[in-house]
Amino acid sequence: MSHHIVEARDLSFVYPGGHEALSGVNFRITHGEAVAIIGPNGAGKSTLLMHLNGYLLPARGEVRIGDIPVTRQSAPQIRRAVGMVFQDPDDQLFMPTVIEDVAFGPLNYGLAPAEAEALALAALERVGMTRLRNQPPYTLSAGEKRGVAIATVLAMSPDVLVMDEPSTNLDPRGRRRLIELLKSFEHTRIIATHDLELVVEVCPRVLLIDNGTVVAQGSTRELLNNEELMLQHGLERPHSLRHHHPH
Amino acid sequence: MGVPQSAAVHRMEFFSGLDSPVHRLDARTKALVTFAFIATVMSFPRYELSALTPFFLFPFALIALSGIPFSFILKKVLLAAPFALCIGLFNPLLDRHPVMLAGGWAVAGGWLSFGSIFFRFALTVSAALTLLACTGMHRLCAGLERLGLPRVFAGQLLFLYRYIFVIADEGQRMRRGLELRSTGGRSPSLRVYGSLVGHLLLRAMDRAQRIYGAMLARGFNGDMPTLQPARLRGADIVFACGWLAFFALARGVNLAEQLGRLFTGGRL
Repeated sequence: MSHHIVEARDLSFVYPGGHEALSGVNFRITHGEAVAIIGPNGAGKSTLLMHLNGYLLPARGEVRIGDIPVTRQSAPQIRRAVGMVFQDPDDQLFMPTVIEDVAFGPLNYGLAPAEAEALALAALERVGMTRLRNQPPYTLSAGEKRGVAIATVLAMSPDVLVMDEPSTNLDPRGRRRLIELLKSFEHTRIIATHDLELVVEVCPRVLLIDNGTVVAQGSTRELLNNEELMLQHGLERPHSLRHHHPH
Repeated sequence: MGVPQSAAVHRMEFFSGLDSPVHRLDARTKALVTFAFIATVMSFPRYELSALTPFFLFPFALIALSGIPFSFILKKVLLAAPFALCIGLFNPLLDRHPVMLAGGWAVAGGWLSFGSIFFRFALTVSAALTLLACTGMHRLCAGLERLGLPRVFAGQLLFLYRYIFVIADEGQRMRRGLELRSTGGRSPSLRVYGSLVGHLLLRAMDRAQRIYGAMLARGFNGDMPTLQPARLRGADIVFACGWLAFFALARGVNLAEQLGRLFTGGRL
């Protein structure tokens, strides 16, 4: 059974109050792919992400993770397969120490404390944050918080990583570390971001979303080089793609 | 995101991460003994002063054994002292009937009850703070839950502790925004503050929603799991029995008076 494939078919969502945030979204993301979701503010990126782990349920159409449609019943199973890294790490780190926070997921899935702790340590090791294990999360820097937030998700051994604006609030060094980390993962990665330079480095494929629909999808270089398309949807052609000479 | 202003909580959590014989005790034992302590201290009659003094042994012993600096607890107690002062403030004025003291002195009963209130306040607050500092909020909440505190309350307490400063930081940023745009002099009207507080509430609710989402995403099902499962050991039983016996003794017999008698040869 593979949970690595993420598929949306005619996905639509209407917020209470009548605002249609998503209308007829279709895409298929396969095993190990890194896909960026880009688009202007209010395009529906975050709403889309929240459908991928069953936090929101579609008004029409469906989302499938592997063979399983995301429904209220399948949500607990789906959430184990789809790890979600939220935009503000403060929302994600709510336990008194880093290690307890990272072990929160594994413990909830019924692992014995010793096993959960081993998993948590391995996840911290993966993001290079082992030394922070006994610190309270609110004493960490923004970059450290981001790393730990990613570790909390890795500890659940997900097949798919979903991230909302992972590079916000990071200084250049923290951002560089994040990019290297993201490149090193074998998971299927879905990253919603405005950081188009990060997209160029991490994601070979892009979904461009505006007004709740997929406006364009395809190879990153092709799409982001299309200046007219970029400007039309509140984006711009990344600087790194303008250079024709190699660095 | 600014620098968080939550230094007090940081330090409290830092001390709760220390390792000492007191830290190693089960949270339930410490909580129960502390509650018994508070109940005993509160049960004394209102003019009692000298019989309360032996009870200072409990917070002192705990602080000394746990390696938490006395000054840390003392500062926190002083911070809360004005509340006790307010409660006892009028006692000396309202209650003027004389009470005889040892050695033929007489004093207005109000002063005695005022002193007694202050003693009780210092005892109970320092004991509660020490309990928190040598247990940690998370383990304390887990312990209280196992003692029968409804799960919802335990969870609420934990999150209040974790996020009150995040919310306070947000409030502070909003106030700064307000101050930078109000041209000195006149303080902003009540209406402005009303909308400020309203916004803060909405933001807090939004954040609560996001945290809950993050918890669900990691399999939250109503239980707050913990890495160190609570276990009662021999030390817990000795700790509990020893202190409970001491509380019972000090409640029944005025140890301070007995000690005085011992030194003065009973000529009191």
